[in-house]
Amino acid sequence: MADTLDIVVDKEIDARGSFCPGPLMELIRGMKTLPIGGTLAVLSGDPGSLKDIPAWLAKAGHELLATEPHEGYTRFVARKAR
Amino acid sequence: MPQRIVIVGGGVGGTIVANVLARKLHADEAEITVIDATGEHQYMPGWLYLPFNHSAGIELSRSERSLLNAHVKLVVGHVSQINTQDRELRVLQTGGGDSKGKTGKGKPTDAAGMLTIPYDYLVLGTGARLAPEDLPGLHEAEDKWQHFYSLDGALRLRSALDTFEGGRIVLAIGGIPYRCPPAPLEFVFLLDEWLEHRGLRQKTEIHYTFPLNRVFPIESVAEVAAPLLEQRGIKTTVFFNTEAVDTERQVISSLEGEELPYDLLVMVPPHRGAQVIENSGLGDGQGWIPTHRETLEVKNVERVYALGDATDLPVSKSGSAAHFEAKVIASRIEAEVRGEEPDPKHGLYTGEVMCFLETGHNHATQLVFDYEHPPRPPRPSLYYHMEKQLFNRAYWYIVPQGHV
Repeated sequence: MADTLDIVVDKEIDARGSFCPGPLMELIRGMKTLPIGGTLAVLSGDPGSLKDIPAWLAKAGHELLATEPHEGYTRFVARKAR
Repeated sequence: MPQRIVIVGGGVGGTIVANVLARKLHADEAEITVIDATGEHQYMPGWLYLPFNHSAGIELSRSERSLLNAHVKLVVGHVSQINTQDRELRVLQTGGGDSKGKTGKGKPTDAAGMLTIPYDYLVLGTGARLAPEDLPGLHEAEDKWQHFYSLDGALRLRSALDTFEGGRIVLAIGGIPYRCPPAPLEFVFLLDEWLEHRGLRQKTEIHYTFPLNRVFPIESVAEVAAPLLEQRGIKTTVFFNTEAVDTERQVISSLEGEELPYDLLVMVPPHRGAQVIENSGLGDGQGWIPTHRETLEVKNVERVYALGDATDLPVSKSGSAAHFEAKVIASRIEAEVRGEEPDPKHGLYTGEVMCFLETGHNHATQLVFDYEHPPRPPRPSLYYHMEKQLFNRAYWYIVPQGHV
């Protein structure tokens, strides 16, 4: 756990414990309200996010900047590319 | 001096908070006021059944006054400003409100007919509003697409289905988050059944789209729903985040670059938080109120709580979440008014939600989950459908009062 090394972002969403609507939906929602070039972090405790979040970012053409493992959750950092 | 507890919004959450507090606190401890825009309490889950004429026996609305404890005051009006610095609200009174005439007392009205209502504790149950203007193509052509997210919308959709003779019906999500995540799935399941009864199923293609890479946010639920969609011949496109609607060409397009033509378009309209939340600077970019996930306090503001659809919490926007949250807020305010510590068990929200998912043909399943536990939906059965139907009717007698 090295929080000081975490990438600083424009917006961070704590989606830990979110099963419905879930971390990916929180990320998509966050992306929509972000300006192009803006950065967003989503915290997810759902192991499925390791697959879902990179897949959606790739499909939607946004950039995954980092996948930071933490105790019990992962912090996904993305940049809105278009 | 009794503490002034003001609740904005007479939906399920606000009504439960008011009624529970009215039972727990004496009149010399608290004065409880609900401010509601219409004075009518809606049972929104009933709208899903309206387009298919399955709503017989389900009451869709009752007067808010009839659901409130006699000790709760009701003001019918629009809250135009929430001032958390001075702890007061500006309200344009539009209806009679309390028949006992209690509401005007001590609340001066200015020349513009505005009431100023001060508070010691404020609960924001201001809900969500439909915001078609957030999706290009929707607002300009309101009569050229359908939805079931309001009473009027559901009735208009019923008329559209009445004259439908076959073709392609597309269901798409106009924006996230939206109320009741299972509703779009329930809609296509009920639509499939309805078309079959009308003898139109063979002539109709149902196309269900969803923003994520599966048919429902929760994997365990998607695993139940996906085979059912396939069995019923309902086509699906996942990773479809609607970006624009072209009602002239009858095509919708997605953020991910796909296009889908339709004959009848059923949208989940984009949602936003209430206008007053945006006007008062209390919301995020979409008007959702930043809310502490356990205490339900509005972040960085004292003595203000939020619940239900109005919050930015990562839980489903549903009456069920509001119901559980209301109990937590009532417990916390009761303790605070009495100068006690909040109850460590009842005074914290654990993300609890319980809802049903209708799968058509008189079957349903049930989703129960919280921040720690994902749902494990049972196999769809007649039992859960009957339970949901019973709930649709029992709601008025047990839920708003806070009995369950």
